[in-house]
Amino acid sequence: MEILPILATLRRHKVTAALLILQIALTCAIVCNAVFLISQRLQRMDMPSGIAEHELLHLELADIGHAADEKARTAEDLAALRQVPGVTGVASVNQVPFGNSSWNSGIKLDPQQKTSTLNMTTYYGENAAQVLGLQLVAGRLLQADDYMDFDDVVKAAQAGDTKRLPSVLVITQGLAEHLWPKQSALGKQIYLGSDTPLRVVGVVKTLIRPSVWDDSMAQYTGLLPVRIYNSNYLIRTAPGDRDRVLQAAIAALKKTDPHRVVINKHLMSDMRRDFFREDRAMAVLLGGVCVALLVVTALGIVGLGSFWVAQRRRQIGVRRALGATRGNILHYFQTENFLLATLGIVLGMALAYGINLFLMHHYELPRLPAIYLPIGAVALWLIGQAAVLGPALRAAAVPPVVATRSV
Amino acid sequence: MFQYYLDLALRSLRRNKALTALMVFAVALGIGASMTTLTVFHVLSGDPIPGSSGTLFYPQLDPQDKDGYEPGKEPPAQVTWIDGMNLLKAHRGTRQALMTGGAVPVQPAQSGLDPFFSDARYTTADFFAMFKAPFLYGHGWNAADDDAKARVVVITRELNDKLFGGKDSTGQTLRIKDTGFRVMGVLDSWRPNPHFYDLNMGGYRALEDVFLPLTTFRDLKLDRNGSMDCWGRGGGDDEHLETATCVWLQFWVQLDSATQVAAYKDYLTHYSQEQQSLGRFQRPPNVKLRSLMEWLDFNKVVPSDVRLQVYLAFGFLLVCLVNTVGLMLAKFMRRAGELGVRRALGASRRAVFAQLLVESGVIGLAGGIGGLGLALLGLWAVRHQPSDYAKLAQLDPAMLFTTFALAVGASLLAGLLPAWRACQVTPALQLKSN
Repeated sequence: MEILPILATLRRHKVTAALLILQIALTCAIVCNAVFLISQRLQRMDMPSGIAEHELLHLELADIGHAADEKARTAEDLAALRQVPGVTGVASVNQVPFGNSSWNSGIKLDPQQKTSTLNMTTYYGENAAQVLGLQLVAGRLLQADDYMDFDDVVKAAQAGDTKRLPSVLVITQGLAEHLWPKQSALGKQIYLGSDTPLRVVGVVKTLIRPSVWDDSMAQYTGLLPVRIYNSNYLIRTAPGDRDRVLQAAIAALKKTDPHRVVINKHLMSDMRRDFFREDRAMAVLLGGVCVALLVVTALGIVGLGSFWVAQRRRQIGVRRALGATRGNILHYFQTENFLLATLGIVLGMALAYGINLFLMHHYELPRLPAIYLPIGAVALWLIGQAAVLGPALRAAAVPPVVATRSV
Repeated sequence: MFQYYLDLALRSLRRNKALTALMVFAVALGIGASMTTLTVFHVLSGDPIPGSSGTLFYPQLDPQDKDGYEPGKEPPAQVTWIDGMNLLKAHRGTRQALMTGGAVPVQPAQSGLDPFFSDARYTTADFFAMFKAPFLYGHGWNAADDDAKARVVVITRELNDKLFGGKDSTGQTLRIKDTGFRVMGVLDSWRPNPHFYDLNMGGYRALEDVFLPLTTFRDLKLDRNGSMDCWGRGGGDDEHLETATCVWLQFWVQLDSATQVAAYKDYLTHYSQEQQSLGRFQRPPNVKLRSLMEWLDFNKVVPSDVRLQVYLAFGFLLVCLVNTVGLMLAKFMRRAGELGVRRALGASRRAVFAQLLVESGVIGLAGGIGGLGLALLGLWAVRHQPSDYAKLAQLDPAMLFTTFALAVGASLLAGLLPAWRACQVTPALQLKSN
């Protein structure tokens, strides 16, 4: 296709052409980054939890008055819950995945260390790993004789009696690999604070923290052999039974001690959905903006194309009269659009990179993967061609006789 | 003259209906998106107590042990019970309050209502006066009530409506955790945004429904919420919070002048030195005294997503404006012949320029009105989002005015270049051709 005449014509519409190029460039830059942000959000929403999300229920109660013997009542509660038809497992825990409220502790690999190595979340509760449905990858899970009562542990910690503190724990694979890269974590020691040594006896594949403020630390999780009694229960059942079991479980617990209020009752799958609701909302919003941007740009190309066609009717007629085919005219406008789009895309890529640098600096976002650039380019070329097709066809339909008419 | 230009503009715009619609639509979309995000940003970064926030300060101390000590590190975000009580009793500020959050079981007297949990704030007497909390009925408690661990309570208007049918309930009894509390006051509608005095449970959460003395909370061992950071042997045990090596309380002080602020900062340093010589503090004095707005800023209360949305919307507006400039330019240039005739008939360059600017202004105005509609729609959508600040997304008069100024300003700006280019047209050349 002859490019020189096109360039010559464009030179007569420098400012308009420059504006169209700028618009395509801005659209390209914003859409590339927005799509990248969407992919980041979707990836975050896919974060593995390691638990049987579709089989778990969370039920938490709080006392209206003062509870007499929480330990005895927890035993009664657990027994009552196990009686509920359909329940396959129950655990009394200190925190639940996606629950947003978490118990955390700084850990050290050497008690002499001045500062903590990292911050780990600690799950308590007998059978928590089994009820959550965690996948063991090395060693063993916590056993009945590992466990101690929370109140005794607190007393021992205050008295500085390390003998009556837990001595073992189970951690996630993510944490194990972070602490001891390429080594087996089994048998290794970590310290809670400075004076509580714990030996790793088991490694589970994944277990997400209850609240994730930094995605890279989402798997820094440990399970400690501590029994806890604060009316916070995880219940396991078949996916289809969940709603029925939840109602029956509430009734059973109210029967054990009616002087309580249910403050949390959720299906774990709902908790997961709520946990990522802001990411989902942001992804939808970004998607909406991308669509709007592309539509506005496409309409802009249609509008400008129509103008140019109308303006050049006589020229087109002359060309047709001199022997240019309809195809020639069509290709002329398509090539013109392709050239403008290409310039816009080149400028847009540089701009996209710049915006990405800004986002990396302010939002701790990774670098824009190179694959976005060719995909973005192809998408804009296609949109440009689709948008210009209408005006170009109208141009091709201009009859040669126009050349002979004076306006 | 203006009317004639307006008439010309409307005629011209009517000639190309689709194109006019496209330009107005693009401006409206851009303005709508920008105003929606800007309004949310404006609401979220606002001053929770306009007029008084400059006199409110948040003191920080560093009571931790040597473990993990790094010079220059930020001191803990909260205070221990001992330090909080010491600062409170020292009365070095005009007013001061120590507080934490929690939840209490409310047992309504009516048989029709089941017991329920309400969020609560456990605090000290100055809280209400210091934060300018408006009272509908009654008043707050006093320092004597704090000392006496009095069973007194202040509730919000919403809770008063629910429990007492909106009547003046002062003097009535409210049962909380099997204990009778006397209602001292009912707050009028009040929602400080952000929830500045305690950011632990979300920066934009609603006001707690129940307020009662901090000492009473400890006496009855009510449930506590929020963040607690411990060191040494502290933590895990709710029985000995008064002596635990844990920070879990927020302390606010009102300081009315710059000299008072400087004196308070000195006092905090002296207090730290004194505690160090007593052996309670192990680190050298490390104090901070941020004003309310500085504290919000430091904690990055405005969600980063909201900021990102503002950038995104303005990027979008830019594309929409470039789009409109391009279309307007093409349109004006196409009318070069007509403009040439006007110029040849004696219209000055300025007159032609003014005429074209009126035309772009009309597009801006229409886009502004459309943008306002879209912004209202956008804010309605934001209010249905699942975030705790969703309810706050309302357009106020200031933002309404900004929307219009932005719309007209932006499209006049967008009209400048096309109008200027078009009035450069040489009349003779245009008349000759064709």
